[in-house]
Amino acid sequence: MNRPDSKVVNAIHQASFIRGDALEIPTLQVLDAQGDVIDGAQMPDIDEALAHKIYDTLAFIRVFDERMVASQRQGRISFYMTCKGEEAAITGSAAALSDDDMIMAQYREQAALRFRGFSTPNFMNQLFSNAKDLGKGRQMPIHYGSNELNYMTISSPLATQIPQAAGYAYGQKMAGKDALTICYFGEGAASEGDFHAGLNMAAVLKCPTVFFCRNNGYAISTGTDEQYAGDGIAPRGVGYGIETIRVDGNDLLAVLLATQTARAYALEHNKPVLIEAMSYRLGAHSTSDDPSGYRSKEEEELWAQIDGVLRFKTWMINQGWWDEDKDAALYEKYRTEVLSELKISEKIGAPALEELVTDVYHDVPKHLQDQLTELKSHIAKYPDAYPSAKGESH
Amino acid sequence: MAQMNLLHAINSALDHAMEKDERVMCFGEDVGHFGGVFRATSGLQEKYGKARCFNTPLVEQGILGFANGLAAQGSVPICEIQFADYIFPAFDQIVNETAKFRYRSGNEFNVGSLVIRTPYGGGIAGGLYHSQSPEAYFTGTPGIKVVVPRNPYQAKGLLTACINDKDPVIFFEPKRLYRASVGEVPEESYEIELGKAEVVTEGKDVTLLGWGAQMEIIEQAAQMAGEQGISCEVIDLRTLAPWDVDTVAKSVTKTGRLIISHEAPITGGFAGEISATISDVCFLHLESPIARVCGLDTPYPLMQEKEYVADKLKIFEAIKASVNF
Ligand SMILES: Cc1ncc(C[n+]2csc(CCOP(=O)(O)OP(=O)(O)O)c2C)c(N)n1
Repeated sequence: MNRPDSKVVNAIHQASFIRGDALEIPTLQVLDAQGDVIDGAQMPDIDEALAHKIYDTLAFIRVFDERMVASQRQGRISFYMTCKGEEAAITGSAAALSDDDMIMAQYREQAALRFRGFSTPNFMNQLFSNAKDLGKGRQMPIHYGSNELNYMTISSPLATQIPQAAGYAYGQKMAGKDALTICYFGEGAASEGDFHAGLNMAAVLKCPTVFFCRNNGYAISTGTDEQYAGDGIAPRGVGYGIETIRVDGNDLLAVLLATQTARAYALEHNKPVLIEAMSYRLGAHSTSDDPSGYRSKEEEELWAQIDGVLRFKTWMINQGWWDEDKDAALYEKYRTEVLSELKISEKIGAPALEELVTDVYHDVPKHLQDQLTELKSHIAKYPDAYPSAKGESH
Repeated sequence: MAQMNLLHAINSALDHAMEKDERVMCFGEDVGHFGGVFRATSGLQEKYGKARCFNTPLVEQGILGFANGLAAQGSVPICEIQFADYIFPAFDQIVNETAKFRYRSGNEFNVGSLVIRTPYGGGIAGGLYHSQSPEAYFTGTPGIKVVVPRNPYQAKGLLTACINDKDPVIFFEPKRLYRASVGEVPEESYEIELGKAEVVTEGKDVTLLGWGAQMEIIEQAAQMAGEQGISCEVIDLRTLAPWDVDTVAKSVTKTGRLIISHEAPITGGFAGEISATISDVCFLHLESPIARVCGLDTPYPLMQEKEYVADKLKIFEAIKASVNF
């Protein structure tokens, strides 16, 4: 506590600043750019089974992202966002968690959801907003969520999940659970007021929360030089009194190690941890965006060369756990699966009209029942004008 | 005159303002070199430099707080909130600060030169977080003006008036019409007076009132009614705060009937305010209850959007019910 009579610690007698960029946070690496383990690097806790589960997720997400962007181009779905370039950061961190840990994501973290076991139809039904979408067709594509898998449904307003993660983790702690909350967000979202509120709350209230910043270089068109001054997001964690680590986000083993260490620390001490994963958004911001308007092909190619999926694959092959034939077969399996599931999901009809008024409140209040009744009689008058009267799916 | 879409018209208004007055600055998320996610600020950074047209960090609260400070200092900030759905992080800065700066300081300080531009509304398959029409949260706050254009000609003239106005203004841009609405727009700068509604079509049986993107739908309903021999007077409110009671009251006094339509949910929507005032002013002239055709009292859905919205058929039915009351 600050008191006027307390002894001044570390008094200085010349005015001198601590430089704004004085904190130069180091970056944890296990694999080099080629995918070989760096001499003397600490290894994460990983066995062959976990490595396979991780690689399986990486391959699926690569195929899925590619296929769904193509579907958007064909007009089959309205919108999509890929996780391309950041698969290693997302999968590596998700692999360090227990299934009871809550995941609160921003929107680009489908790999974490897949790692948890979200099925291909589950993904697809959300993208098609059909009657089988767990979110009942209410949100735009990529707003996944699953209570069963402890994956909080995505909300579009950025950074709102950050203070919520602190609160959720506090609740887990109070309930005596051996589980924490991981919260993903971009370096852009880390500018929002909610970021600062959330980190401060978590630090002061001692919440077992792992804040995971995906620093992928861009927030839509805005590069990091226009997003922040100083050395990235990590020093902010230190500023809030939070244990902080920066990691090479294209190095899956380093991300896994950092997150395993963070998880153990957060649970043991009931404190938050901030991880900043340095990576790159290889794809467009979304299918509505064209990055050629704000960055060069050369820049993208540079980052593609240190791709995290490739580096992990090389490591797997070096371990003797993988080979190119198996790789080709796995990708082929997923291409076939995704295509056939897509054809099934796009034929499933829309949610029922009644669901327009449910879940606004716990019970449907009188005024919404009345509005639905009125709407139904209006639709009955003009059956040709409304898809729901025609039983159309879209 | 030139053919412009709504975005070009907005860009042209901003261009004139920046050219005429060095104090004018445009900023917000991605508005710099990229020109904003909808490209409304395209080319402005190239023309006027990075110091006057720039990207901000991703923080709406910061954008508005910064704009308040700039405006208090004497600059003319025109800030963009990328989607009206994301204006809420800035809500405190707008309703507690922007709106009350002048009043609380006895006009020692004011932020009267501030303009907030933001795309609003549905019809773009955006679901609940890319479709909202939050105008009523702001019409309920004294101290800020609220303006909504319906086509390119209005967008340019009204935005210019907002920039020149002595009060802070929120300018809601109907994003569904950004590229869809094209029309003749003068190349030179011009103003459309704030606080004045426009009688779009004269009629005698019923008054139809709306603003922004909803006007197109209201006009379609008026046409359907016309084919049944019902003559509709169509009014575009254009400025919601302060709104033009006289023009609306004059029309309702003539027709005896009023139907108001907006995209936002009916409960707490601005139509409620209008109907209370008009039933007060025109009580003895009303031939039927004032009707509101609005969104349902739910978040804006992704699916069932057609069912949810106040479309021309719902307005047409309301017109018939009103004249047959
Ligand atoms: C409060 C809020 N403001 C603006 C937006 C619009 N928006 C959506 S994504 C995005 C960029 C986010 O960048 P970042 O957090 O770095 O994540 P990335 O897309 O790079 O993964 C913006 C501005 C939003 N969704 N919410």
